[in-house]
Amino acid sequence: MPYDPAMTARTPTIDLATSRKRLWQESVGIAVSATGFGFVYGLAARGAGFSPIEAMAMSILVFAGAAQFAAVGYVASGLAWPGVILLTALLNARHLLYSAALSPWLRDRPAPRRAVMAHLLTDEAFALSIAHFQRLGRADERGYWIAAIASTFIPWNLATLAGATLGGQIADPSRFGLDVVFPAAMAGLCVGLVTGRRELVAAAVGGTVGVLASLALGTGIGIVAGGLIGPLAGLLVPSAMAHERAPLGTPASAERYAMPGGPHFETAAEADPPADDGGAGT
Amino acid sequence: MSVHLILLALLMAAVTYPSRAVPLLVPGIERLPKRALDYLQLVGPAALAALAAVNVMVVTQAGHQAFHVGVEWLAVIVSIALMAWRKNLFFGLAAGVALVALARALNLAA
Repeated sequence: MPYDPAMTARTPTIDLATSRKRLWQESVGIAVSATGFGFVYGLAARGAGFSPIEAMAMSILVFAGAAQFAAVGYVASGLAWPGVILLTALLNARHLLYSAALSPWLRDRPAPRRAVMAHLLTDEAFALSIAHFQRLGRADERGYWIAAIASTFIPWNLATLAGATLGGQIADPSRFGLDVVFPAAMAGLCVGLVTGRRELVAAAVGGTVGVLASLALGTGIGIVAGGLIGPLAGLLVPSAMAHERAPLGTPASAERYAMPGGPHFETAAEADPPADDGGAGT
Repeated sequence: MSVHLILLALLMAAVTYPSRAVPLLVPGIERLPKRALDYLQLVGPAALAALAAVNVMVVTQAGHQAFHVGVEWLAVIVSIALMAWRKNLFFGLAAGVALVALARALNLAA
């Protein structure tokens, strides 16, 4: 079920200044993580043949870590652009649910500002801001900008620039093992997303189909086949056996997609769970 | 300096923005069937696993794909194990990179 803030909204448990202080503290953790991760993305993009301006264009215009990393792999494998765009759309469709969860909080803000907020909506911005709103029991637009811009957009883009620039200075990246940064990052991110047995099956089948189809038909087709067929296999796992721990669209899910190693975002629902099972999005 | 991938970035942004913006701008329009949500939940793990597996297991030589076995496998396995254990991507990445760099420095791997 999509995350429904009405299920977790509470009366304010904390004043604005205290909640913003906590938001800043959490944002610093995210910013450090985004800096490291953005640097690795810049290195990987450069290794895949992106120019610094192309790597930066991805970070500014797309601004979605997992999809950007995936695009580096797609481009390096020679995947045709329609395939890249299709998989990007599917990978980023989860934002629909974050946006839906934030919508009730932000519906009284001017539409142009909401349109800008939307571009900056990431896993990190969602997780930080929804936790902040829940602590306050109301929206705080400045809090959203802190979560979206200070914690992620600025550090991510500066680090991308640094990684893409420095990556081009290294004559033989494989000598330093930098050629494994990309697959290791993909595998690590994948592990972070395995929140139940369906994800495990989807990942295993996606990887296997990807390799087999690549050997038979080329890497471009293999990667798309793995990404599209893996989820179908995952859906064969019965709901009762799925043991899903982070349904899509919930803060728990956002935290999984957010840069691994960052802080844990405790929501009001976690801090003060309701008597029934109306926890965050379950 | 190459700039043609900027167009790809624009197209990727064009398919990403609606999922971020539509519910914020048109509340209530986002409702999707549960089956579709379940599928989308699984795209991330499947796509990332396919990318990682193809990257370390398939090499292209003279236009043909071949199965590859190398120290990169070990590096990725170590990264996965550390990520699962420590929940820290950078720790796993650093260990994987260090392993490969060391193996190559000692001429234990190509």
